[in-house]
Amino acid sequence: MVEKGARPDHFPITIFQLPITGSPITAKEVSTHAVTVTDLSKRYGAVTALGGVSFAVEEGELFGFIGPDGAGKTTLFRILVTLLLPDAGEAFVDGLHVVDDFKALRRRLGYMPGRFSLYQDLSVEENLRFFASVFGTTVEANYDLIKDIYQQIEPFRKRRAGALSGGMKQKLALSCALIHRPRVLFLDEPTTGVDAVSRKEFWEMLRRLKTGGLTIVVSTPYMDEARLCDRVALIQDGRLLEIATPAQIEARYDRPLLAVKADRRHDLIRALRAYPHARSVYAFGEYLHYTDRRPAADPAALHAYLEQQGFVGVEVRPIEAGIEDAFMALMRGHET
Amino acid sequence: MPIIEAHDLTRKFGAFTAVDHITFDVAEGEILGFLGANGAGKTTAIRMLTGLLEPTSGAATVAGFDVYRQPERIKQNIGYMSQKFSLYEDLSVAENIRFYGGIYGLPGRAIRRKTDALLDKLDLAHARDQRIQALPLGWRQKLAFSVALLHDPRLVFLDEPTGGVDPITRRQFWDLIYETAAEGVTVFVTTHYMDEAEYCDRVSIMVDGRIAALGPPAALKQQFAAASMDEVFVRLARG
Repeated sequence: MVEKGARPDHFPITIFQLPITGSPITAKEVSTHAVTVTDLSKRYGAVTALGGVSFAVEEGELFGFIGPDGAGKTTLFRILVTLLLPDAGEAFVDGLHVVDDFKALRRRLGYMPGRFSLYQDLSVEENLRFFASVFGTTVEANYDLIKDIYQQIEPFRKRRAGALSGGMKQKLALSCALIHRPRVLFLDEPTTGVDAVSRKEFWEMLRRLKTGGLTIVVSTPYMDEARLCDRVALIQDGRLLEIATPAQIEARYDRPLLAVKADRRHDLIRALRAYPHARSVYAFGEYLHYTDRRPAADPAALHAYLEQQGFVGVEVRPIEAGIEDAFMALMRGHET
Repeated sequence: MPIIEAHDLTRKFGAFTAVDHITFDVAEGEILGFLGANGAGKTTAIRMLTGLLEPTSGAATVAGFDVYRQPERIKQNIGYMSQKFSLYEDLSVAENIRFYGGIYGLPGRAIRRKTDALLDKLDLAHARDQRIQALPLGWRQKLAFSVALLHDPRLVFLDEPTGGVDPITRRQFWDLIYETAAEGVTVFVTTHYMDEAEYCDRVSIMVDGRIAALGPPAALKQQFAAASMDEVFVRLARG
């Protein structure tokens, strides 16, 4: 493999690019980074899509980018899969530079874009064969990798891809992204607009792929999916707010948090916001999450206040923060 | 009188029954969450209830109008917002409001008055002449919701209104929904966020073209012995 361009010396080299020597070197000792990104930025006219992003993804890791639409997730993914040039900064995937080595890199990465981008007029089977042939391989050679996923759509292998249901399209797209046995898989919002059951099934498939050693980088606007990743980066307005394990992110939340419930939810939200010590009041499923301006909240006093306001069935109890609480706290901190 | 009444409402596409004899009422001022897995028939049901698709059989009235005989009257008397169909990106905020006001047949003076009130309410007066594409998604969605209410409909359909927005904006959007319902407007909303199902007065869950469950979130959780609406949904949709 011919490498163009100078590499910064901090750049990790993966094992299979090294000459085999007498003393065995394990990949782990050399580097465990599947993706290394340094100060990456991209602007579209006056809009900064990525404002200097740095992070590293370990080999075999399931790494999630969590953030709303417009945060810069798709721009970042398109740069990493060699479809878009960055304005500044460096990015390496599986040891290859995303600009200088783009041709070699394309064989080593799999990419499932947010929009369904298979050939609608080709059948399920034809799409899969097409993607295999583009990468100079066959479906048979790599069938073991996609078997679990592809078997679920195999009964429909003669159907046009355009005529598949959303869940089946998603499984076909994943099969096509895997058919050349990539080392790193990029999935851009694979579960957006997908129902809660299909989302769960999709994440189960990702966990199984990860067991095979594949590095997976995935983006999602769903906070509950963050917990299914080994590590996550919270992204907002083209910047990373935090990179950590889901448990670390939750543990770093340092405010006392109360879950509050009573009848008349809308009135309850208003009453809590009108409470003189209230800092934030957010709906969370059947409860509201309340934080106080003071260093310590007073659940008993809040309980009394709500009963005094005429609420029935009042429940106030301290709880641990979840990833969504943490994300919102970081967002607010970022704005102010 | 309920604002939506559907009785045995059915729609077939060839041999496939997309919506299979659904019967339900929605009361005025209610927030109804309309859930279901992809392909369960939600979109087909909504298209019938918004006058866009004629049912194969069954009966339904929406805002007092018959879905077979008065689909145009239905369209004039409901609001509709979806993530896919909302505002014109190349038009400014004020131009979008004027355009939709015109579509709904509002007189110019009313449009001007409503534009000011709406921009004031959403705190968007400074963005009046900005093009939609320059606005953050959260603002766009709040604006699209307000535009869907421009002609003061008694019923508004929201199709995945909060998809993709950040968690704070998503909650602010629900504040708008609550305010709207408190004014007596009925809200018919679909979502893939199961926590949002808890915010509805009642929730309907479609499975394979039928309404498999319908009731207040607390009652459904009790009925299915589930801790959350997510569990209820997964149990029903997985069969």
